[in-house]
Amino acid sequence: MHFRFTERAIDTESARRELQTSSAGGYVSFEGWVRDLNEGQEVTRLEYEAFQELAVKEGDRIVAEARRRFPVKLALCIHRVGSLELGDMAVWVGVSSVHRGEAFDACRFIIDEVKHRVPIWKKEHYRSGDSGWVNCERCAAAPQHSHMEPEHAEPELAERHHDRVAVSNPK
Amino acid sequence: MNRDKAALKYHGKTQLDRAYELASRHVANVFVSVRADQTLDPTRAQRPMIVDSVAAEGPIAGIRSAFAAHPKVAWLVLACDLPYLSDDALDYLLRRRDAAAFATAYRSAHDGLPEPLCAIWESSAAETLADYQAGGGHCPRKFLIRHGARLLELQDTRALENVNTPEEYRQAIATLDKAPMQLKIQYYALMREQAGRSEETLETSASTPAGLYQELAARYGFTLSRDQLKVAVNSEFSDWSRKLNVGDAVVFIPPVAGG
Repeated sequence: MHFRFTERAIDTESARRELQTSSAGGYVSFEGWVRDLNEGQEVTRLEYEAFQELAVKEGDRIVAEARRRFPVKLALCIHRVGSLELGDMAVWVGVSSVHRGEAFDACRFIIDEVKHRVPIWKKEHYRSGDSGWVNCERCAAAPQHSHMEPEHAEPELAERHHDRVAVSNPK
Repeated sequence: MNRDKAALKYHGKTQLDRAYELASRHVANVFVSVRADQTLDPTRAQRPMIVDSVAAEGPIAGIRSAFAAHPKVAWLVLACDLPYLSDDALDYLLRRRDAAAFATAYRSAHDGLPEPLCAIWESSAAETLADYQAGGGHCPRKFLIRHGARLLELQDTRALENVNTPEEYRQAIATLDKAPMQLKIQYYALMREQAGRSEETLETSASTPAGLYQELAARYGFTLSRDQLKVAVNSEFSDWSRKLNVGDAVVFIPPVAGG
């Protein structure tokens, strides 16, 4: 299993240990965080919900694809579900490989594909008291908008976290 | 068959009611076309009607009277003796509408000719249809052959079978009275909120996820159009036209937003 959900805070230390292997010379990880502002609205918290049975299958397929495309050693993605506060980590991706280049590429590939393909939804709660399902409520008003490629249609919707990349043991 | 075919009952419901409800799931307004002497007929009187205002024999009177009543709109014309007609067949017809043609119609599975009484008639046909009748024509099918209609192949060749004999009526009842299929539906995110539930088991006569979505969207007023969704059957992504089986678990997948 290379993709899983958790209802508690993601334990990045133990996840990182799962990727350690003596043949790997580099490790790249990505964390997605809950940000306080989206589309000009002040966000106070998020709720994540997933169709877990299918999501785990699709997530596993993405990680397997990444491992076929890039010569990485190990890869893992963990996604949080439930209610999250500002600053909480919503998603974590980690990759270990012989050299750093393929680890960066695979990590980027995994998070991009997860955002577009895995049946996970988030509801934003705003300071105004309003709330809305991301990519759904605005789409409903503009039905010609397809969710197949949300980042092309509404680039602002695709990214809503401070994105942090951590690297260790670069070769 | 010496009976009013619109009054024949299936599942305890008249065919007129079944056709009315079916059409209501796909178009904004539905009317029952009646002759002047039918306005008090109990099978028809409960529904909004368009009374023939054009002197003619048969369905051409109904079609011309509809054009006369609302000249600017296109009409989905449905006969009241098509018990097998499904949401899927109507959805397919409506999605392939060719508004530039006089009509969009199915090609008959029997003779390859247009079926004028399960067809979209465009308002642009009204004048030519009047001329056709003035010239002695009385057959909507011949009109469509002569003046051209966009023709579609039937996906389910039985969808337009009509009932003309007591034997065909018995057969239709036997086929339609089979218990409707039970399916399990799960709802997520926006659709869970709009449906007011996270799952349900329901009986449906829809045979594909496309037909099922049409039915449920009408019931719950889902704001997302089908083009925005994906669908999963038994926890795997699926085609919208896949044939559903008893006990299948269906999940409609709104635009995702992970990460």
